[in-house]
Amino acid sequence: MTRVYISTVVPAPVTSVWRVVRNFNGLPDWTPFVTASRIEGGMHPDQIGCIRNFQLENGDTIREQLLALSDYDMSCTYSILESGMGVRDYIATLALIPITDGNRTFASWEANFDCDPQAESGLIDQIGQGVFQTAFDALKKRFG
Amino acid sequence: MDTVRESTVIDAPVGAVWALLRDFNSHDRWHPAIASSRIEDGLTSQTVGGVRYFSLTDGSILREQLIACSDRDMSLRYCLLDSPLPLMGYVAEMRLRPVTDRFRTLLEWSSTFQPPAPERNRLIALVRDDIYRAGFSALHDWFSGAPQPAKPVVAPKPAPPKNSGQTTMGIVIQRHGGPEVLSFQPIELPPVGPKEVRLHQTYVGVNFIDIHCRTGHFDMIDPPGIPGMEAVGTITSVGSEVSGLRLGDRVGYACAPVGAYCTDRVMPESMLVKLPDSLSDDQAAGTLLKGMTASFLLHDVQPVGPDDIVLIHAASGGVGQLLVQWAKALGARVIATASSAEKLVMALSNGADRVINYRQEDFVSATLDLTDGMGASVIFDGVGQNTLEGSLEAAAIRGHVVSFGEASGPPGLHDLGRLSSKSLRFSRPNYGHYVGSAAQVERYSRLLFDAISSGKLRIPSPEIYPLSKAAEAQSALESRRLTWSAVLETSG
Repeated sequence: MTRVYISTVVPAPVTSVWRVVRNFNGLPDWTPFVTASRIEGGMHPDQIGCIRNFQLENGDTIREQLLALSDYDMSCTYSILESGMGVRDYIATLALIPITDGNRTFASWEANFDCDPQAESGLIDQIGQGVFQTAFDALKKRFG
Repeated sequence: MDTVRESTVIDAPVGAVWALLRDFNSHDRWHPAIASSRIEDGLTSQTVGGVRYFSLTDGSILREQLIACSDRDMSLRYCLLDSPLPLMGYVAEMRLRPVTDRFRTLLEWSSTFQPPAPERNRLIALVRDDIYRAGFSALHDWFSGAPQPAKPVVAPKPAPPKNSGQTTMGIVIQRHGGPEVLSFQPIELPPVGPKEVRLHQTYVGVNFIDIHCRTGHFDMIDPPGIPGMEAVGTITSVGSEVSGLRLGDRVGYACAPVGAYCTDRVMPESMLVKLPDSLSDDQAAGTLLKGMTASFLLHDVQPVGPDDIVLIHAASGGVGQLLVQWAKALGARVIATASSAEKLVMALSNGADRVINYRQEDFVSATLDLTDGMGASVIFDGVGQNTLEGSLEAAAIRGHVVSFGEASGPPGLHDLGRLSSKSLRFSRPNYGHYVGSAAQVERYSRLLFDAISSGKLRIPSPEIYPLSKAAEAQSALESRRLTWSAVLETSG
């Protein structure tokens, strides 16, 4: 199992940040690399089990399923059903924690998956820096 | 239940912050409220179940137990055992998470507890501001390399006593802490005032209160200072206005002020008692404080007689052994509790009618069974935290629960309204208020010596340590392995 973990501090109250990232259909709104997203089967984006189907800038399509969403913990867990990345059993969690000192937000994004050994370091960089950190940087800029 | 949850980002890698915080004994290095910290019973600071003993900069004491520690999650949880504040059911967690994009650390510090309603807002603010936020600020300074501010001094030192030019040997508490803070050294003897005498002490009693002075649990010594409240000896100098005592008289005392751990000492005449021949010096030094306690408990806090059923907790402890024998001699029916078969045998040999092993059976239902459901008319509870709730349940209608000690921890908060369900009386006597004047010393010592001379009280011999080995004697007492008392021999 390979683990990728990225975290950051967003200069905004946790409720504001959660409002943005809890929307399972909202990636085009806050990440720079997703151009379009829809929820399959007409389900609501906070319905557990719903599937988001979104397109990247390069035209690739990824399908991910919502496994858990907690407004109490401010966390969201999902799995990848289909992607071109070559990952298996991929499960990721995005979670927020309030930083009371300064009324800011700690955000963490963690993925666990299996992959071919020779692809591992490339995937760690692609997912960690290319996806999670890039999305966090956009989030910080949005609230900065 | 209330929750306080605070968090901050520390500008240091998570490994460095965890290295400091996972040390359960580290708070005195960085938290401004903690003057000193030690782990009890010689455990390491990562032992789950270990207890840390804090002296706060305001002089009070906190004991907290590590109940979980995870290097994987970088988290630890602890609960409060003893505190000057009513933070009932306080369980706290510290947890670290890395902030990967800047090599910083998220620290979350949170707790749940149940404060009494009138104090709720004050206690929540105190935990949030004085403990967590003040701790955050100190950690920011710690990891930024800023100089640490000096901790405030507990209290101004009293003016040094006048010096007679003579010295004696004594034990000095250099700072609050474990037995290692005791040093054996020359100390100055003050001159003998008009109403004072100087004693050459032969034996000094060792009591739990001395240990509480050493650790700072009781605010009676501002180090450096000399502990001890009990000794016997011979008068070697007499002040000009002393009328009742002469050179060579054999006397003892068990009272404040502290300062008994020494070879020669100046004391006011009014607090000294002449010793009966039936009591040797070492026996007297090991008995006076416990005996005076039993004396005022049984005669004035609650006069005990043939109509009473008296429940005595920790019956094998020092005061407990005297209470069992004496209550029996006063005609009461005595039920004794203790924690082992040997201790119960001791209670029976001291005259207890019935005994209860409170480790093996519920002493409340056992007491009710032994009293046909009535309960005990008098309960002497020197155990405190672990037994007091049960004592209130085991008391009879119009019974009297006397809480005179806290061997297991402070008695805590109880609902006074409940006393009316059985018209109970509750007392919390303080030694100094019963043995604080010459008349009181006279009354309780006379009752004690009469009981000893008439054979109502058997006084065992104490374990004897040289004065220079006071630390060993205190450790022996703390380990609860003594069956009676320890005394220090000044010529040893």
